[in-house]
Amino acid sequence: MFRHYLLPDISQPGKVGCTLPPLDVPPAEPPPKELLREELALPEVSEVELVRYFTALSRLNYGVDTGFYPLGSCTMKYNPKWHEDIARLPGFAWIHPYQPIDSVQGALKLMFQLQDYLAEITGMSATSLAPMAGAQGELAGIKMIKAYHRERGDKGRRKILVPDSAHGTNPATAAMCGLEVATVPSDDKGNLDLKALAAMMNDEVAALTLTMPTTLGLFDPHIAQISQLVHERGGLLYGDGANLNSLLGKVKFGDLGFDCVQLNLHKTFSTPHGGGGPGSGPLCVKSNLADFLPSPLVVKNDKGYTFTSPAKSIGSLGAAYGNFGVMVKAYAYLRSLGAEGLKAISENAVINANYLKEKLKAYYHLPYDRTCMHEVVFSGKRQKAKGVRTWDIAKRLLDYGFHPPTIYFPLVVEEALMIEPTETESKETLDAFISAMREIAREAEENPEILRTAPHNTPVARLDEAAAARKPDLRWELS
Amino acid sequence: MPSPYLPNTDADRSAMLREIGANSADELFYDVPAQFRNVQFKLPPPLSELELKRELEELAKRNASLDDYVCFLGAGYYRHFIPSVVAHLTSRSEFYTAYTPYQAEASQGTLQATYEYQSLVCQLTGMEVSNAGMYDGSTAAAEAALMAHRITGRDRVAVLATVNPRYQAVIATYVRDQDISLEKMEPNLDSLPSDCACLVVQQPNFFGYFEDLRAHARKAHDSGALLIVIVDPISLGMFKPPGDYGADIVVAEGQALGSPLSFGGPGLGIFTCRREYLRQMPGRIVGRTVDRNGRPGYVLTLATREQHIRRERATSNITTNEALVALAATVYLAAMGKKGLRQVAELCYHKAHYAARAISELKGYRLVFPQPFFKEFVVRCPVAPQQINQALFEEKIIGGLDISHLVDNGMLFCVTEVNTKGEIDRLVKFLGEL
Repeated sequence: MFRHYLLPDISQPGKVGCTLPPLDVPPAEPPPKELLREELALPEVSEVELVRYFTALSRLNYGVDTGFYPLGSCTMKYNPKWHEDIARLPGFAWIHPYQPIDSVQGALKLMFQLQDYLAEITGMSATSLAPMAGAQGELAGIKMIKAYHRERGDKGRRKILVPDSAHGTNPATAAMCGLEVATVPSDDKGNLDLKALAAMMNDEVAALTLTMPTTLGLFDPHIAQISQLVHERGGLLYGDGANLNSLLGKVKFGDLGFDCVQLNLHKTFSTPHGGGGPGSGPLCVKSNLADFLPSPLVVKNDKGYTFTSPAKSIGSLGAAYGNFGVMVKAYAYLRSLGAEGLKAISENAVINANYLKEKLKAYYHLPYDRTCMHEVVFSGKRQKAKGVRTWDIAKRLLDYGFHPPTIYFPLVVEEALMIEPTETESKETLDAFISAMREIAREAEENPEILRTAPHNTPVARLDEAAAARKPDLRWELS
Repeated sequence: MPSPYLPNTDADRSAMLREIGANSADELFYDVPAQFRNVQFKLPPPLSELELKRELEELAKRNASLDDYVCFLGAGYYRHFIPSVVAHLTSRSEFYTAYTPYQAEASQGTLQATYEYQSLVCQLTGMEVSNAGMYDGSTAAAEAALMAHRITGRDRVAVLATVNPRYQAVIATYVRDQDISLEKMEPNLDSLPSDCACLVVQQPNFFGYFEDLRAHARKAHDSGALLIVIVDPISLGMFKPPGDYGADIVVAEGQALGSPLSFGGPGLGIFTCRREYLRQMPGRIVGRTVDRNGRPGYVLTLATREQHIRRERATSNITTNEALVALAATVYLAAMGKKGLRQVAELCYHKAHYAARAISELKGYRLVFPQPFFKEFVVRCPVAPQQINQALFEEKIIGGLDISHLVDNGMLFCVTEVNTKGEIDRLVKFLGEL
């Protein structure tokens, strides 16, 4: 059993966690006293205690290396180990963003090629690697769309259309860009309601944001009509590339009519998610938007590679050039695959998801019974009738040694269970997960209490989230 | 070529397709209209791990790494000593291959470490609450300005001209589409216009010297605006934290706390504020609670501020942040501890002053600002800084940042604890010989 303690609990005056060299220059005049800090109340911990503490914490965590992590829409695939070594090479990890451009030509070449490869993969004409996560890529994309309309003197476009199945970032991004959000419903097959879209599409609409495949794990077969409806009324089509994993090497966003798409290198391109980040959210656009891309872009001229800012750029998104360390890993991934390798990824991801769908649909309600793409969305409503919530199913999965799927999203599915196996899982792993899910379905019938009180085998039992929000305890204090 | 990341065999795939009732993988893509399916992708052929490692090592060698070059460049990204424990602990794959800790019972490691992070960062900045981090220091500053706009309902953001110009640019990008005006103020301003949401200042500022934070706090608060301070976290080992001056929001670039430079990313946007503004904070927050057996544990909390719950009414669209970099900062601060961080700051202070004095004694060089400084200072050079930097580079020295567009022939030098006396003396010698 894990003994709970925090850094202040192992802090003792006089302990040190590392050593530093003595001062090798004559000391300077001290600064004015009023600038100086009196107390610096940080813990004092020895290195060995520090290592044991964080090692113990790591063992309370579940990662892709621990086991199956079918978190829908998050693409928790395996992260190749050698990519970590490459990103740590001094020539990548220890270069300063403002050192002379001639001294970072290797880094710029890597960025230049990555821009190109991502444009090719998405069927777009230009890429900015500046966004540091998918949501920042979205922010940049919507800002560009706003700038595009403004530039054309088309000033009345103050709305963004967002499907009811969309990620929360889509409406939140629109609001951050000072735009209003209007929600487009889905139809009974899980596709965008074309009639509703036609009725809503007018000269007040700046863009439709669309995740493809949708967050229901479905490819909307009417994509060409959607694109036409949006464009013929002067709007643009923004692609949320969160689910690109199912289209890699098969389908290009640009061909589908998208003007712009943001990618998530920490999902599709296998860079580890780090327990919540860092990510990288490159933005790929068609030529109509290229001049508005966030700064900087890497270009090649006769002297080599250099940075440039597009003519009508929406500006910069950070103090440097994006999350370079993440780009290195994504680049390594891409180069190890080639076009055929990419295609193998999407095909295997889609086979795995459809296999789970077939094997589980007799046990859980399947709201849209059709071929899915890289993920499948079930509903826990059959179990809900027995007094068991999706929340309970998720917690019970932890007892079986699996990370639960995404739950209660998308919002359009009652008690949603969104399962994304990814291509890096074997049939054996999927079969074990299927057995666990079937067993849980049986427990929901026969012994619902065991689900409602789950998890039972984790370092802590079910946590009181309501109490946490009611009386926020967000830090310790040490004096 | 078979892939080590695709465990299924042809036999597995055939068996699975049979279960699905499909004849081929391609059949599963029939919802994609035929004209869009199986198009050509022009990409280089795949390479094995060994081949690609060689190629990438070659590419890395074409960059001048600070392992091989002496560096006096800072301006927001800093080379500080990182104890080995940091990389060893952040390389535990239970940490780095996990997603955002949505399932608390399987994520206590990330969650408890984040609670430690929030605590350490509050102790350091003298602020009451912290979130789990933003993308980088500049976006933390921009989100702070938007937060001040929400709190005060005012549409004007004032930024001191002494704030890092790149941060000013990012703030401009963020506020632009919300009809918020951005105004640059001189640091000696008498008072703040009464319709400003906030005053954004940097301590020590972009030019390295200390601002009169007490005066800035008074001016901001007299006009009903919030004081937002961008701070160098290493300086807080020695200098009074912004919380002591009455800052309302304190942000920082956290890369210096245990992470390599990585060409400027990933970094870490430290974001702290006064408790009364907690519910307007962007980003994730971890809170302590109990499990059903009464044992302590940690969860993501106050999520009703966030995009996945509140959608267009969220405080920000941020979701993925820089969790692993925050973990590195946590381990770093714990390893440095009370004495270590003070010692790091003092080493920076004394070495930077030694270098500043020696350079200013050279013919034609002089210090531009008389105010007290920490580890960075501006020197007016006798010739164009670019020319000096080119000459220094030949000697395997990366000089300071050329800021001649802001200060005539100005160069912003940075000296940290990793710079030895020998390195500083060598820099001074070459500058003198130019």
